[in-house]
Amino acid sequence: MVSTQAAQAEQTSVESAEQATVEFEAKAIRQASRRGFLMALPAYGYLVLFFAIPLMIVVVYSFATRTSSGGTALSGWNLDAYRKLGEPIVRDILFRSIWIALLTTVLCLIIAYPFSYYLATRSERVRNVLLVFVMIPFWSNFLVRNYAWRVLLGNDGPVSQVTSAIGLGETRILFTPLAVIIGLVYGFLPFMILPLYAAIERIDWRLVEASRDLYASGFESFRRVVLPLSMPGVVAGSILVFVPSLGAYVTPEILGGAKTTLLGSYVVVQFLTARNWPVGASLSFVLMSVMLVTTLIYFRSGGRTL
Amino acid sequence: MTETTEKCSVPAVGITGITKRFGDVVAVDNIDLSIADGEFFALLGPSGCGKTTTLRMIGGLDFPTEGSLRIFGDEVGTLPPNKRPVNTVFQNYALFPHMNVLENVGFGLKMQKVNKSDIAARSRQALDMVQLGHLAERRPTQLSGGQQQRVALARALVNEPKVLLLDEPLGALDLKLRQEMQLELKTLQRELGITFVFVTHDQEEALTMSDRIAVMDSGKLLQVAEPEAIYERPANRFVADFIGNTNLLEGTVADSTTVVLANGSRVEASSDHAAGTKVAVSLRPERAYCHEVGGAPSAHSTIDGKIRGTTYLGNAVVYRVALDWMELDVREENRPGMAKFEQWQEVTVSWDPSAVAVVAD
Repeated sequence: MVSTQAAQAEQTSVESAEQATVEFEAKAIRQASRRGFLMALPAYGYLVLFFAIPLMIVVVYSFATRTSSGGTALSGWNLDAYRKLGEPIVRDILFRSIWIALLTTVLCLIIAYPFSYYLATRSERVRNVLLVFVMIPFWSNFLVRNYAWRVLLGNDGPVSQVTSAIGLGETRILFTPLAVIIGLVYGFLPFMILPLYAAIERIDWRLVEASRDLYASGFESFRRVVLPLSMPGVVAGSILVFVPSLGAYVTPEILGGAKTTLLGSYVVVQFLTARNWPVGASLSFVLMSVMLVTTLIYFRSGGRTL
Repeated sequence: MTETTEKCSVPAVGITGITKRFGDVVAVDNIDLSIADGEFFALLGPSGCGKTTTLRMIGGLDFPTEGSLRIFGDEVGTLPPNKRPVNTVFQNYALFPHMNVLENVGFGLKMQKVNKSDIAARSRQALDMVQLGHLAERRPTQLSGGQQQRVALARALVNEPKVLLLDEPLGALDLKLRQEMQLELKTLQRELGITFVFVTHDQEEALTMSDRIAVMDSGKLLQVAEPEAIYERPANRFVADFIGNTNLLEGTVADSTTVVLANGSRVEASSDHAAGTKVAVSLRPERAYCHEVGGAPSAHSTIDGKIRGTTYLGNAVVYRVALDWMELDVREENRPGMAKFEQWQEVTVSWDPSAVAVVAD
């Protein structure tokens, strides 16, 4: 085949030879992209099977009808489940979840930024040791760590003992929104630290020197150079904390008690207790859309700032 | 060894007994330096010689371990950079990537709380001075290397510093642009009358641009002098070797006018080293001539050898002449009638005895 191609090329005029080259190149490009697709096929298959199809099922169920016996009828498509999301009880839960997720994000940011800055400005060796410390909590089970907080924050737990010892009286933190926020901040802090560290570590320190040389005080230098240049890390960390906080289930269940129902728990209740799958599905879908939009905003702003 | 010519009673930069140690490493070793007001001053040396550290100490980016550092008489050794009347043009420019060109230039003024309209006017003026007024709204990353370097210059000069520090300012530019910028920097400095202190490892750049040069090596100041003196009368072997090209003919001082070379021949070379001192006679390639054997002028010192190689440079030809004990480079300018020599041809190398310098370690 190669020899016939070569023979043809010799016979044809210059013009058609060029034409042949273009087609040849196009063919090579097509082949390369086909090879790429083949390599990605397992990943695509996985995504379709375990993400796209389940997601479609969720969407379909959100338009379905709940039967009187608690089952779900895949007929009589309607928007009842979405209408239910507008009811005060769901709205309250939604706002409470957003509020708690926001507060968690801000607290994580406040705690993580100075630490990440410190981390990024250490020597390589100190840095690696500190990074390991940041990761250590991941080595034990998330559930176990949440139960540990239950002990710590309990009415006769260490925190309460300390406050009563110094005369502030017993503290009742467990089963309050505060306990949930403490648990969430604790759980998601590494997700704030790591992107922040990566962003700050990447900053060219000569820019800070340049700003100091141009009469910026240490604080001004931070405000005008370090902070703006670390914004990609701030945004990435905030999303990595906000999104899972919004849908958190384990921590609010363990530390929040009955009065602080959040979205995650509400979805579970809809599926398992109330047996109202359409509402659970619609809420899941809305929640996922919110997260998707947030993430898109991040990628947009990330592309713009740097 | 450091000959300081004080043009002005109060030097722009006065360095006394400055030492800088990083842990066990001595980056700058007890140097004294006085830079006069309005001077274009070069800190020259190989990488790691301490020149950049010296500049950073003047700028306040590093602090001396010992010694005193004065700018126009005021002790500034321990002041942070924002409290010093100096500005720096950084190597690779260090322009703020998140600000446009005008904001970059205006940064220093903004930090000094100059009012907004003045900031805009002065920044524009500074940009016009470096002929970049039309790029004010661009981001630094959208500029070429040469343009970035001009922005860095404008960003420093807009603050009207008493001393401008330049760290390898032209290092990242290609040759043509570098030569252009050398001229421009020089002109700018003359017009503004500001003291420029610049760091370079490029001896040619230092010779071209500076009023005076300080040659540094291993944290020590080896010689401070005008370019001509540095080139003609190097203080020691390192300076002779580092500045320009030279042939170092090893030998021993016999008396104040004679050096015995390593092969035993005696050449005329005046020095004030004691008899018996190991020295080198520094013979610049362009100061030596090649002749047919025996064709050298009688007043010249001579050595016989063979042509081992020829390098054609266009404007000159460099002959490498093999002696029994070493090799010499001889540069013949490419003028009409230039004598040509064949490979392995026997030649006599000659030089005017007053054209050599005797240097010790």
